[in-house]
Amino acid sequence: MAAPTQSRVESPATQVQQLTIGKALNQGLRAAMEADKKVIVMGEDVGKLGGVFRITDGLQKDFGEHRVLDTPLAESGIIGTAVGLAVRGFRPVCEIQFEGFIFPGFDQISSQLAKLHYRTQGKIKVPIVIRVPFGGGIGAVEHHSESPESLFAHTPGLRVVSCSNPVDAYWMLRQAIASDDPVLFFEPKRLYHSGALKAPVDPSATPEPLYTSKVLRRGDTATLVAYGPSVKVCLDAATAAEEDGMSLDVIDLRTLSPLDLGPVFESVRRTGRLVTVSESSGESSIASEIAARVQQECFYSLEAPVLRVTGFDTPYPPSKLEEHFLPDLDRVLHAVDRALAW
Amino acid sequence: MSSPEQWTRPEPGAGPAATAAEPTPEQVIAGLRATTEGGTELTQLLNPEGERLASPRFDPYVADIDAEALRGLYKDMVLVRRADRESNAMQRQGQLGIWVPLLGQEAAQIGSGRALQPQDMAFPSYREHGVAYARGVDFRELLGIFRCSDHGGWDFKRHGFHPYTIVIGNQVLNATGYAMGQKFEGKVGDDDGEATIVYFGDGATSQGDVHEGFVWAAVYDAPVVFFCQNNQWAISEPTERQSRLPLYQRARGYGFEGIRVDGNDVLGCLAVSRWALEECRRGNGPVLIEAFTYRMDAHTTTDDPTRYRLSDELEVWKHKDPIERVRAHLARTGGADQAFFDDVQAEADRFAAELRDFCFNMPDPPPERIFSEVYADPSPQLDAQREEYLSYLSGFAEAGGH
Repeated sequence: MAAPTQSRVESPATQVQQLTIGKALNQGLRAAMEADKKVIVMGEDVGKLGGVFRITDGLQKDFGEHRVLDTPLAESGIIGTAVGLAVRGFRPVCEIQFEGFIFPGFDQISSQLAKLHYRTQGKIKVPIVIRVPFGGGIGAVEHHSESPESLFAHTPGLRVVSCSNPVDAYWMLRQAIASDDPVLFFEPKRLYHSGALKAPVDPSATPEPLYTSKVLRRGDTATLVAYGPSVKVCLDAATAAEEDGMSLDVIDLRTLSPLDLGPVFESVRRTGRLVTVSESSGESSIASEIAARVQQECFYSLEAPVLRVTGFDTPYPPSKLEEHFLPDLDRVLHAVDRALAW
Repeated sequence: MSSPEQWTRPEPGAGPAATAAEPTPEQVIAGLRATTEGGTELTQLLNPEGERLASPRFDPYVADIDAEALRGLYKDMVLVRRADRESNAMQRQGQLGIWVPLLGQEAAQIGSGRALQPQDMAFPSYREHGVAYARGVDFRELLGIFRCSDHGGWDFKRHGFHPYTIVIGNQVLNATGYAMGQKFEGKVGDDDGEATIVYFGDGATSQGDVHEGFVWAAVYDAPVVFFCQNNQWAISEPTERQSRLPLYQRARGYGFEGIRVDGNDVLGCLAVSRWALEECRRGNGPVLIEAFTYRMDAHTTTDDPTRYRLSDELEVWKHKDPIERVRAHLARTGGADQAFFDDVQAEADRFAAELRDFCFNMPDPPPERIFSEVYADPSPQLDAQREEYLSYLSGFAEAGGH
């Protein structure tokens, strides 16, 4: 470990830039590190390599090895030492290389990270962000395409969020880092470098509050709810449905714990039909929770049961089969048709 | 089986091979011997007979421990043992849900705990009542955990004493991260620097987190003292189920120093801990200390050690009692008279009576405690759940009680 050096730190971009999700995350990290010297980035290969997805590209060069830590190769070690660093007053941002590798760190996340604030009745704060590239669609081998977010949303003490576009990627990451709660930050890895999703990111803008869902498209035929990579699928489905004379509400959840279901309830009361979409297995999932809460709150408004379009209740299949496993435009529209036919 | 250092490695032709379920008689005997001996590399400054042994390496670290200071260490251990016995009894009387006895480990905890400076941080497991006492945590604050009315709410910053950690080995990584923070903040490098100490048992050394803690500490030169209290038993599993090497020797594989000290020798534990902490302060850490001791009571009050260990073993260790050897030394050297010992015992009895009184009068937490401080930021969902549940409860009160 080299001694701390006074390296030159380039100021984060202050002007509006067209960014991919990946670049927006990089800029968000850079801005957070610039704003607060206690913010450190740690994980496997995040330094010289810039992470296997290059999200941390250039950060170690500009902030030094003492703020961008290329760690040994062990997830429990990454999370467990981050907890200690947070107790000391740092704000670690951990990168888990792929979501399927988070499980060795699950013990530290669920036993310590999620509970220290409660255990000590607020005397210890653990402001840690764990960045998790998640989801399929990249043709990868086993353990590289999973969607374990429901496990974390089920763990009290953790916040769980997921972004679907560059503006949210930038701002939600900055807000998560600024939060005193531990945040699991799920990033749609197959959209990281999508040129089609490039969007203007204004570092001087006022962001949406972190723990809020957002209506992306207004319609009155049915409601689609999704998060992360499935948001794009739903937006594409809504565009296709329009050609068939249907107008769909599309809501990006953004926050999975806490769930902000106010806009969902409002929408369902208008449309009477709800389809939830996510890549994770459907049983005991975010989609299940939404279905339960919507029937509780909107029982008399529902014209059809809440339908779920999710990954199957199987381990993630060999990726030659993932096009069948992942919710796509056709499966979403098929679900909308079923809801309308009720 | 020529040496205890090799006791878990069967020699060729030494008898029938052990199975996972049942060690051979030879291994049992060898294990017993190794359990009661510390091996040739055991650091000891005060032997079980209360004789002071010279140690050119470690004597300088206890040069200031005169008779008065030794009387202080004696008193610490007596008070902690008395509080431990009282708590154990209170569990038997149904006042505590469970108790984790420290009987036999007073020297390891007081010796290492008294080696710490105010600026240091200690990360305990769940048996470190003696360290808590040494760090100024009111013993009564520990009781809430075992009465199941809280999870441990002391001011960790003020005491430099992290909350108890019950999951085996988790705290080793947390402590290592904390020590990395001390290093990153430049608090290491001179005699006034900061250090961290983390406590765990011999069973924890099998956990991945302990291994990872050793790795992280080594590669980041973290100022952390790994203080393993090898009390020979992880509930019913002996140390031979954790390692075929003496635990302190593992440090070499990670690239830092490991040392075995007589965990029943408060002077030895104090000296070795001071040395290790100094190494860390100066940036020469980490260090692994194996305090070779013995858990004289059960793992917890739910445990029955008669099912898995021999009474002979217990009898051997009784002769190595950490308190009796200091008492013998003080008596032999004229460092204390009978009046002193009587006074300490009387103070310990008062201490225990206060503890008992406190415990018996400890109120249950109010129901709203369930919902408090889950998050740092507000949680409308939890606020709603709390309001709904309190409203539900108040309905019973309005109806005339429940």
